[in-house]
Amino acid sequence: MTGWLELFQRYLPEFIKGAGVTLELTAVGLSIGFFLGLALAVARVYAPRWLKALAIGYIELFRGTPLLVQLFLIYYGLPSMGVTLSQTLSAFLALGLNSAAYQAEYLRGAIQAIGTSQMTAGRAIGLSRWKTIWYIILPQALRLVIPAWSNEPISLLKTTAIVFLIAVQDLMAKAKRAAADTYDPVGSYLAVAVVYLVMVFIMNWGLKYLEKKTRIPGFEMESKKV
Amino acid sequence: MAKPILTIKKLTKKYGANVIFHDIDLVVNEGDTIVIIGPSGTGKSTLLRCINLLTCADEGQIWLDDLEITAKGCDEDRVRQHIGMVFQNFLLFNHLTALDNVMLGLTRVKHMKPDEARQKALRELERVGLSDRADHYPGQLSGGQQQRVAIARALAMDPRIMLFDEPTSALDPELIGEVLEVMRKLALEGMTMLVVTHEMGFAREVADRIVFLEKGSVVEEGSPDDLFYHPKNERTREFLWKITELYGKKEKEN
Repeated sequence: MTGWLELFQRYLPEFIKGAGVTLELTAVGLSIGFFLGLALAVARVYAPRWLKALAIGYIELFRGTPLLVQLFLIYYGLPSMGVTLSQTLSAFLALGLNSAAYQAEYLRGAIQAIGTSQMTAGRAIGLSRWKTIWYIILPQALRLVIPAWSNEPISLLKTTAIVFLIAVQDLMAKAKRAAADTYDPVGSYLAVAVVYLVMVFIMNWGLKYLEKKTRIPGFEMESKKV
Repeated sequence: MAKPILTIKKLTKKYGANVIFHDIDLVVNEGDTIVIIGPSGTGKSTLLRCINLLTCADEGQIWLDDLEITAKGCDEDRVRQHIGMVFQNFLLFNHLTALDNVMLGLTRVKHMKPDEARQKALRELERVGLSDRADHYPGQLSGGQQQRVAIARALAMDPRIMLFDEPTSALDPELIGEVLEVMRKLALEGMTMLVVTHEMGFAREVADRIVFLEKGSVVEEGSPDDLFYHPKNERTREFLWKITELYGKKEKEN
């Protein structure tokens, strides 16, 4: 146990550096995924048929294939088409494009749950369709989606671990390095597991806070205990 | 001669082979309160939705003042600004306070300055007796209060005509009165109103004309006195008898 603590202490600065990269990957992937996902979700519900089909095609494609395959295609495949991206950029792109497909589905569910009646109400006072979506539907859908959507940042944070396979120096890469240096893979991976766990814990806390902060007074999203 | 605000000619709505209503003719003059009554499923609500262009009529024409709003290329968002609509289920914007519900149309549709919009919204809330609830969210209001906010929201747009689609049907009996009171006041102030309701007391007292709609067509139309005391049509007599029996008891209980 003391040996493990020593290892943890010795590599902590490196782990923190790696955790920084992991958090950056998560933040960028989540952001790309959110804005693209929002566009996909809105397209899926409100767009003309051809655009809707395009959105569905995108979502099915990116949910239907492994993220690792997508990452490799971007990093190793794109150069053959004349586009060479750095490791970090490839990782951002793969995580973002993939997360978009999942976030789109969370958001679509929330948009549909807000329902056509709010659209009717908006249109009835003379708001255009897009203004109604922007001022009425989305502010409610984005609140409603938080509990389910909270899975995504947490899942994405851990999913970023695969990027060490294209040599991005994230937390997982640091663990691998520590394992090789110390000949103690179990200790090393346990150590980063702890770091991941702490990050998820903090993130979870933040998400709960966000949910509470954005709750609409008098409009209970969590059903009361019966 | 009274000026017609809303003119409907030979309006027909079908869903596939299912005819909702057909060849409806109706004129609503400035300041009139017209009450539409009839059994459920006779297309009363659909008629209101057609007038507000929320649903497309299949045949016939509708004019708002001198503008044919069923004409091709008619700007429906612009038309709806001038037609206020109050729904059975209130349909307030749940994420906004009462004040913001009323203000939204003013700032986002009429492009009023926020200060000006706020003043107007407060005046409209006062009109429905809810100035003290301005900062409450819909979830913090009773059904009757929500419906009054919905009326204020529609009034704020200064509509040419107000459409009411069974505004008290979703309310507990003790909350119906406050909404009817607001509507009565509006009618007295000279607002032009087209009301679908089962509240016969309101119809008898406030309506200038009552239209009895059944199975998608107008069976009878006339003053409250004519319809309640000298109905020409047997079906009108039956329906009114049934509904006053039902609702009359409730009114007495209150």
